[in-house]
Formats: sequence, structure tokens, C-alpha cells
Amino acid sequence: MSAPVRVLVPVGFGFNCEDETAAAFRMVGAEVDLVHLTDLFAGRAPRPIPGYQVLAFVGGFSYGDHVASGFVAATRVRAHLQAGLSAFLAGGGRVLGICNGFQVLVRLGLLPGPDAGPPDFAPRAALTNNDRLGYRDAWVRLGVDRRSTCVWTRGLSTLEVPARHGEGKFVLESEQALAHLEHRGQVAFRYLDPAGQPTEAWPHNPNGSARGVAGVTDATGRILGLMPHPDAFLYPWHHPDYARRRKELEAQEPGGLAIFRAGVTGI
Amino acid sequence: MADVTRIEIATRAGFADSRGLSVARAIRDHLGVAVGAVRTRDVYHVEPALPPADAARVAAEFAGPVARLGAVGRVEDGPFDVAVSVGFKPGVTDPVGKSARVAIEDLLGRRLGHPGAVYASRLYLLSGVGRDEASRIATRLLANEVIERISVQTHAEWLASPPDLATPRVAEHAPRPTAAVPLLGLDQAALARLSREKLLALSVEELEAVRDFFAAAAGTPRRRAAGLGAAPTDVELECLAQTWSEHCKHKIFNADITYREPGRPPEEIHSLFKRYIRGTTSAVDEAIVAREGKSWLVSVFHDNAGVIAATEAYHLVFKVETHNSPSALDPYGGAITGIVGVNRDPFGTGLGADLLSNVWGYCFGPPSFQGALPPGLLHPRRVREGVHHGVIDGGNQSGIPYGRGWEFFDDRYLGKPLVYCGTVGRMPAVTAGRPTHVKLARPGDRIVMVGGRIGKDGIHGATFSSAELTEESPVQAVQIGDPITQKMMFDFLLEARDRGLYSAITDDGAGGLSSSVGEMARQPGGACLDLTGAPLKYQGLAPWEILVSEAQERMTLAVPPAQLPALLELARAREVEATDLGAFTDDGHLEVRFGGEVVALLPLDFLHEGDPALRIEAEWIPPSHPAAAPQPQPADGAAGAAQLAGLLGRDNLRSSELLSRTYDHEVKGLTVVKPWVGVHRDVPSDASVFMVAHDALPHGYAVAEAVFPTYSDHDAHAMAQAGVDLAVRRVVAAGARTDRIAALDNYCWPDPLPGASNPDARHKAAQLVRASKGLSEICLAYGVPLISGKDSMKNDAVVGGRRISIPPTLLASTIAIVPDVRRAVTLEAAVVGEVLLLVGDTRQELGGTEWAAARGLAGGEVPRCRPAEFWPRYEAVGKAIRDELVVAAHAVGRGGLATALFLMARASGLGLGVSLTMAPVAPGTSWDGLLYGETPGRLLLACRPERMDRLRRQLGQVPHAVIGSFTASPRLKISLGDASLVDAPVDDLTRAWKREGGAA
Repeated sequence: MSAPVRVLVPVGFGFNCEDETAAAFRMVGAEVDLVHLTDLFAGRAPRPIPGYQVLAFVGGFSYGDHVASGFVAATRVRAHLQAGLSAFLAGGGRVLGICNGFQVLVRLGLLPGPDAGPPDFAPRAALTNNDRLGYRDAWVRLGVDRRSTCVWTRGLSTLEVPARHGEGKFVLESEQALAHLEHRGQVAFRYLDPAGQPTEAWPHNPNGSARGVAGVTDATGRILGLMPHPDAFLYPWHHPDYARRRKELEAQEPGGLAIFRAGVTGI
Repeated sequence: MADVTRIEIATRAGFADSRGLSVARAIRDHLGVAVGAVRTRDVYHVEPALPPADAARVAAEFAGPVARLGAVGRVEDGPFDVAVSVGFKPGVTDPVGKSARVAIEDLLGRRLGHPGAVYASRLYLLSGVGRDEASRIATRLLANEVIERISVQTHAEWLASPPDLATPRVAEHAPRPTAAVPLLGLDQAALARLSREKLLALSVEELEAVRDFFAAAAGTPRRRAAGLGAAPTDVELECLAQTWSEHCKHKIFNADITYREPGRPPEEIHSLFKRYIRGTTSAVDEAIVAREGKSWLVSVFHDNAGVIAATEAYHLVFKVETHNSPSALDPYGGAITGIVGVNRDPFGTGLGADLLSNVWGYCFGPPSFQGALPPGLLHPRRVREGVHHGVIDGGNQSGIPYGRGWEFFDDRYLGKPLVYCGTVGRMPAVTAGRPTHVKLARPGDRIVMVGGRIGKDGIHGATFSSAELTEESPVQAVQIGDPITQKMMFDFLLEARDRGLYSAITDDGAGGLSSSVGEMARQPGGACLDLTGAPLKYQGLAPWEILVSEAQERMTLAVPPAQLPALLELARAREVEATDLGAFTDDGHLEVRFGGEVVALLPLDFLHEGDPALRIEAEWIPPSHPAAAPQPQPADGAAGAAQLAGLLGRDNLRSSELLSRTYDHEVKGLTVVKPWVGVHRDVPSDASVFMVAHDALPHGYAVAEAVFPTYSDHDAHAMAQAGVDLAVRRVVAAGARTDRIAALDNYCWPDPLPGASNPDARHKAAQLVRASKGLSEICLAYGVPLISGKDSMKNDAVVGGRRISIPPTLLASTIAIVPDVRRAVTLEAAVVGEVLLLVGDTRQELGGTEWAAARGLAGGEVPRCRPAEFWPRYEAVGKAIRDELVVAAHAVGRGGLATALFLMARASGLGLGVSLTMAPVAPGTSWDGLLYGETPGRLLLACRPERMDRLRRQLGQVPHAVIGSFTASPRLKISLGDASLVDAPVDDLTRAWKREGGAA
């Protein structure tokens, strides 16, 4: 058995899903450091960022999503941590961004990122207001793109997790840009309708993202961002049907936990 | 030229401006105005101005690469008819502006110069309306003039004028000095005038006590040495007014009451609180200790929230508050302050608690209210939208899921909406080697204020007059909670708690520092508070204003001197403001200093015990309600189904799932039984069940509540008991331990004190006595302690000479221990063939029910609890659930048995065939009494057929009957004898319940 995977979870500024995200990584055998962003900025973390193998930006409302979701936190991270992040990524580090964390990664320009070469921190996409304005917390079904080379989705096909956001509509400059991303297998997750088809229609797609985009990976497949919350389906009894389908749910690995397991596998 | 940069952010062509679309829809739907397109923009004013290159960069970064467009000055895109700008008034909390400043400073890599402020505002570009119509839209929908300023420009005016660079910067001036307020020689009329003019809300008797105290204290050496005389300073007077306020002191609950009712001798009650609340809990606590050897009540009544034991490692903390008056004035701001304010109660309990889940509940006027609205009142639809929006933002942005939410509608809440907000917290039993639930402030500990800065926010609470709000005077009395500032403060405080950096903590809420320091000072025996260095939002506050300001997001700590450097260093590192404001002492005084002078010197015993006791006369004259007219039985099942559909679509029963999903309910990953359950996830759960912690599996807790305001029209005793009973029954139905249920009482009452426009004050006081008696009796019978509570006693509005008083409303909330969350049950049956049992008998009790309201029935008996009969049922049901004999359970509540049966069928995604012929009933119970009466104490249980005999044996003497079973045929069929009372597809009833497909 090799040494446990070391995971860095930055906290503070209004991120708020650190407890369940840390619990998830620990459940799949990783070691987790929760480090306040001000400590990362000041170099007071237990180790420098490249000393970790996985970095997870968690869900929440960093700076209240003021100006735009994830904007203020991303601005601060880029101002203080760009060099550390570049070194971390150059060393093969993996990144997960959930919900507000995804919004931060998009604002940082890490997702969808350049087609090739090192990260350039140039934003190319945005996560904007849901077509039906306002926050919504409801479980959705996600389909994994089998063409995707994303390390976080290996071995997964579909899963159920809650979506909980008000600004989750993934937009690019053009339809061609989206087709390009799909063609490259960078659309890691799509919202599915009850028939199992990608959907743009509410409520199965809570935000109206074109082509049902729910999550995106970068060209290397090591960075994943998604709006729905895998950190909210770690135990069978998280599932809304648990009261009626207890035996069936207890017989399988919860879908959210499976993403964390895939993400720390093969390091 | 103003030294200001203006930045505009607009939606780029080709992308949806969903906010604009939503506003346009609201203008059409709610105001009936045929507006054309509505476009929106975000506007930021940065002061001082940025150099052009920096400004352009900020505009581009704020906009981002794809969907939005940024410009310095104005974004030019297309025609419109009227521009409406909405921004805050001076001094109002502007969280967006605050965050924008942080981003700009990191973006540019430098601090902004003085004043270093960013002001956020919104711009609406309206087409298809004229200037006057736009002004009406602005005041009725887009802005709240209590806190916001509006500017309206036609397109021509817009084009002819330069971009608006005005900012709501507060005009600063030198602070006003402390002044003495002479009271000697003032007669009663003069004292009453003084109280009114200074918004002290002190009675003449109280001011006489103050006058006499200072007259006697004038000669004391300490007062002389401090340069203080026979007149209190304004600081002293304001501090006493805060401390003695009804809000802080609960004078009515501590009053001496003479209670009269026909046929009985008068009864003297010395404090409702001591007799019926604390007395009840003491008795229950003694019974727990007698039974178990020790109590699971960890800390009750003397702290900001009640604490109970959950596991070896963790305690649970629970508090529910109301924020009614502020929500009437500014629904959004009042409500967000309500939720983030109550967060600080568990956080300020002991050494502080992690916050686990929120609860909310609102009483409003009907959203579809069509009548003439008294002047000065907001339409209940607008109040409702604002309140929801505020609590949604407050909870979601704080990262706290909601566990329970409910609404109740009645015309009498038009004048004063009730906004209940509560929070469950979790504290480690031990922190840094100390019991977490114990505060230990010692003499010499430093007084440290943490969090936001002090402004004129919230000075004098709800008595302010909006006429005083001008561009020159910062907004008073309206506090607006800022969840992000508070979240960052909490993160810092939890680190400080776990490192043992402070010895006590409390929140700065009502009364500000005067309350928090005054209260904390009791433990060490005194405090010397120096306001000179208190962090201010702007200059110009008098010392008394600094002392009583209710500016939000602040906590006060007692910090041992040895820990002070570490605490201040951690605060600096976390970008949270922390300021040393003096020391706790043991000299028996609250001394307040400012600029080297003593501005207040108040003995603690006078501050806390000096107010004269209130006397209240209460007289109960039972209202007479004739028997309700018998209702004809429906002709057939279809006719009966139409009746049920009509009931289900009423405001108080209809589904609010869609709205509730805008509140997060599962952040933190601890939610097990969610607020909405069932196959379609759209049926409210009886109780919500949460895990205690990721490292405490499978331990959990359940929360529930109930409220029956209309029962007060008959008897507040019945109202109070029905609420407690259902709140208890709901956690029992979820599978909680019946010997680990605690309750909270939140009273919202119309004013029970006599006054010119309050002729029935004695009756309202009697209702208060009767509710308290009822509460106490049922809690004693159930062995349920009251661990925390609150009262709000002035829920009346006097408008246009007319008084609108709320019906006396007691919210009962419960929290109970669930030993294994995997064994919790809901109201969902799993498979066809499962058998349905009804536990508990039904009586002819239609008074005050939803059915009575729907049918316009005035009379009838109000549903009454029989606590001694009910409790054995709950113990038996609780045991049956623990023994896994029950697959689903549901407590029958508002809307009666028919509503409960519908909800179970809908949740199960199955049909339900029911015969009520064998249901236990009291003689004289009519068909509608059985179907729609709200007799308490009843539960529906589903069980597998093979377990039915064992379940029935275990229920033993408890009245119950098998009444039906779940069917594959998706219909709800209810019959009585040979008659069909309801027969309809569950889907049809669901549409009525959701008001879909044209259902009214």
C-alpha cells in the first residue's frame, strides 16, 4: 500500500462545503488538510501547494457571489497563488471544483483551459444565472461522457447527486466553441432526463445549460469542475429514496463517493 | 467633478438577461402593467476615482469574458424609455460594494486611497412605460425607500446628462459630546414626554425609579470622583432603556399578574416565566434525574440558547427567534437580519457552537389579498417575497441548510407579519480542555469586540420614523444582515474557540454593546468599557450611540490577557476586525469611558434588578361559539373529492415545495430525512432528520414544529397545547427517542397592556396566561422540557385609527435524539399491500380548523389535547418504530385525516383504499368531524401485513384500527359505511394541491 494521497482543501471567504468534502476524501483513504486561504496567501500552509497531489475548491458562497459567482475569490487566488498553482499543475496535480469551486476554476481560466500547453489563466467561459432565476436544491441525474479522458470519472456512467445553485448555466462564446469542447471529450457530465438523454429542460437540467453541460474537464483530464454536488451523496442514506429503497441503495457505492474514489486512484 | 469612477456591467447581446426577464414578468403579473423589455445592469461607484487604465481593467474583469459587457461610465446598448437607478441610502450595509472593493484591491495590487469605498447599485432600463409609471414600478416593486434611493430618468434626460457619479457617502462630523439628562423635578407628564421624545420606551414608573436612583447616588464618592452628578448621562439613560426594554427584559413574562375567570377565585401569578416555563423544565429535569440518574439537559435558560446532550462527544444547541417589526418595514433586510441574527445565538452559547441547520416559519396576510390595504403597510405578497428572499440569502450564503419551513396565512397578519427563524448548533462537549457549554469570564479578562464596524444601524430599533431618513442622516433602525461578513467572523471564532483563546462569548444583538457587555459583566462582577477606540463605519457617533448601536455581525469576547496577542494576531491573519475595548472587573459596576472621561457608571444590581415590576390584570371570558351547522354528506366520492381538492388548494395546505427548494437543505452533508420526501419528493416530511457529525455516525437528531393560531379564537390554552402536541408527535413519527424530546416556545402576542386603542388588553393577557398554563401542563405530562424560548409582545399595527392585532400565536419547536438515522421513518410506504392503521380516537372538534375556515363555519368545539391519554400512544408508537414494525408514519395535522391520507398516498406514489367505519370515534362525531376535524393525538402507521398482528399486540390498549391498505390503483378512496366520501385519482388531488392545470 502506497502512502495516502495528500489533498489540500482551501477554506474561508465564504466557501462552506469543506466538512463534507473532507469527509469524502477521507472515506476513500486520502489525507486532507483544510487550510485557510489567508494562510495559503501568506505561505503559512503545512506544505507548499505543489506538496499536495489533489486540490479541491469546495462549494459555498465565496464573498457572497458578489459581482459574479466565484469572482472575488478567483481574483484573490490569481493575485496570490498563481505561481503555486502553475507549479502544482506542472507536477501533475489533480483539481476538483464543486459548485462554487467550479465557478472559481472557470473564473481562474483553469476550465476549460487552453487546448494544449500549460494553463494560461485566461477565462474562456462563464457560469451565469439559471434560466429560471434563483437558487434551487434538487437531485439530478448526471451522465458521464465516455469519450472523456477525465481521471475523476473513470469507470463511472451515471450518477444521482443534488444540484444546488443559482448561477450554473455554462456558456461559451459560441456554439462552435461548445461543439469543439464536446468533440475533445471535455464535457465530463451532462444532465439527463428520465429517459437517460442529455437535456436542456428544467427541472432535470436546473439551469438551462446548452447540451445539458453539468461539468467540464480540461485538456489534460486532471482538472474537473461540476455544478452538482458529489460531496452530498457519500452515504446511502443521503439519497432521497432511502426510506423506500434502503436495501438497493446500501448494496451500491454512493455515486458522489465514486467520483472521489476515482480522483485519488492511480496517483 | 466628483472623485468617483463609475463602472457599468450589462448582459452582452445574445445572452439572456434572466434578471430583466424576471422583473418584467413581475411587473406584468403583480402590477398589471404591460411593460415591454426590461434590461438590467450592475453599477459600481468607486471612490476615489481610478486611473483610466485601472478603471478599464476593473470593468473588463468584473464583466468576464463571455456573457457580460463592462464599461467605465456607461454601457451603450440600444434604446429604452425610462432608466430607474436603485442604490442604498447613506450608511446602509452594502455587502456587494464591500466585496467589490476587496476584488479591486487584489486586482490592482494596491489599497484604494481614502475613503476607499465601492458602492453597488442596480439600473433598470424599461421600455413601454412613461416616467410616472416607472416611478410607481420603482417604489412598488424595484426598491424599498426605507433603505434605498431611487432615481428615474427618461431616455432623453439620460442622454442629456452625464453618467451619475453621486454616491451615498455618509457626511461625517465631529462626535457629539456626552450630556447629562436632568430628571429631578420632572413630573409624570414631563417624564412621559421625555421617554417619547428620546424613544426610550420606558414607563413613567421606570423613569421615576431612574430619577430617584441617581438622586440618591449623586453623593457617592465614586460618582463624584468620576465627575458625575444627580442627573444620569445620556449614555446611562440609553443603557438603562436598552437593558430594561421589553425585548431584553421580558417584563411581561416576569410581571405580577392577577388572573380571573368565571366561577373561580382570582389567581396571583408572580412571573409566567418562572412558574410555567422554568418551573416546568425544573420539574421535568428532576424527573429525568430520578429516572436516569443524570440529566441530558446540559444548559437551559441562562445562556443565549438551550443545550442538550446528543452523544458522548457532542451537545446540540437550539434557539428560535422572531424578527417581526423590522420585516414589516423592510421584508428583505428584516428577514436576513432575523436569520443571521439567530445564528449568533447558538454561536454565542457557552464558548460557541458550530451551526448545523436553520428553521423558518412565517405568518403572513394572504398573498392574494384584494381588499383595501391600510396606508403604510406593504402588500402581503411583497412582504412574503422579501422575507423569503432574505432568509434564503441569509441561510444559503452562510452555508447552513434549512431543516424546517412553513407558512401560515390569516388576514390579521396584514399589520404585522411573524418571521420566525431558528438555528440548531453543535458543540463539542469539551474544547481545549474545558466544557464548551460553560462561559468563564474573569475579572481582568479583556473585552474584545469582533466582526463588523459600528454605525447608526438599529439605534432605537423599531420605534424609528422613516421621515427622519434623509441623505444627510445615515439610516437608523434598519439593520441589514451581511451573511458573508458573519461567516468569515464565525470561521475565525471557531479557530479561536478550538485554540482556547477566549473564556466567554456572547452576541451583539438587541441593545448592542450595552446588552452584551452588561450581561457578560454579571459573571466577573463588573466591566470597564472604553469606547474611544471602537471601530466605526464613519465618524460622528455620540458615545451613547456607539454603546447601543445594533450594527450587525458582531460578537463580544472575554479574553484572558495572556491570550490577547494570539487572538488579535489570528484576527489580523483572517482579515477579521477585533478590538480591545477594556476589561472585566469585580467592582460591581458597569463603567463606560470615552476620550478619557467616565460617561456612565451604573451599579450592576441597579442595571439588572432596578426596574420596578410590572402589574398586569388578566380576565378570561370564554368566547361563546354555537355548534357549527351540520354539513351535508357529499353525494358521492367524486363530490367528496372536489371538497377535498378545494381544501388542499387553500393557502394553509397547498404545496410550497417549489418555493422551498430555493433554500438549500443539504449543505454540510448531514441531512437524512429532507424537508420534502416521497416518490416525487414534494410532500413535507413530518420531521427532518440530520446526522450530528460526519465523525458521529449513526447518531442523529430530528426537528419539527407546529402552530395553530386560529385555535386562539376559541381558547389560547388549546392553541398552545395543539402546537406542542403536533410538534412532539412529528418527531415521534420520525422515529426519535420519546425520552429525548425537548421543546422551544416562541410566543408572538398582541399587546396585553392597557392603552387607549387597546380595549381588550385584559383578554389578551388572559390568553397569555391560558397559553402558558396549557404549555406547562402538556410538557409536564409528556416529560418534554422547554430548553429555550422567546416572546414578542407587541404584534399590533395601528393604521388609520384601526388596530390590527395578530391572533395569539405560540410556535412550538421540537428537537429530539435519533439513535440511528438509518432507522428513521417517513410517511412513504414502500409497496402495494402495506396496511394502514389509525392510532387515536377522533372527536367532534371542528372549531378553528381549516375545514371550518373553508366552509365559513364559525362554531364548534376547538380541538383539545388530552395529554395523559396521548402520551402512552406515543411511547407505544415510538417502540413499534424502533422495533421496525412500522414502515411509514405520519402525524395527522392541519386539514385533518383526509389531508393526511392524501399526503401519504402522494408520498408513496400509490393509491390508498380506506374505510373509516371501524375508526375509533367519540359519540356525536359527524362525517366531516371524522374526515376534516383536527383532533390531536392521532397518527397513521403503515406496516407490512405479516407484521400487523405483532404491531397491534404492541399497541395493546391504545385506541387504534386498521383502516385500509396501499393499492396499485392510483386512487384515494375513503368510505364510511356504505357511503363513499372521497374517490379520486391521487394525481387530480395533487394538481389541486399544487394549483396546477387551472385549479384555483
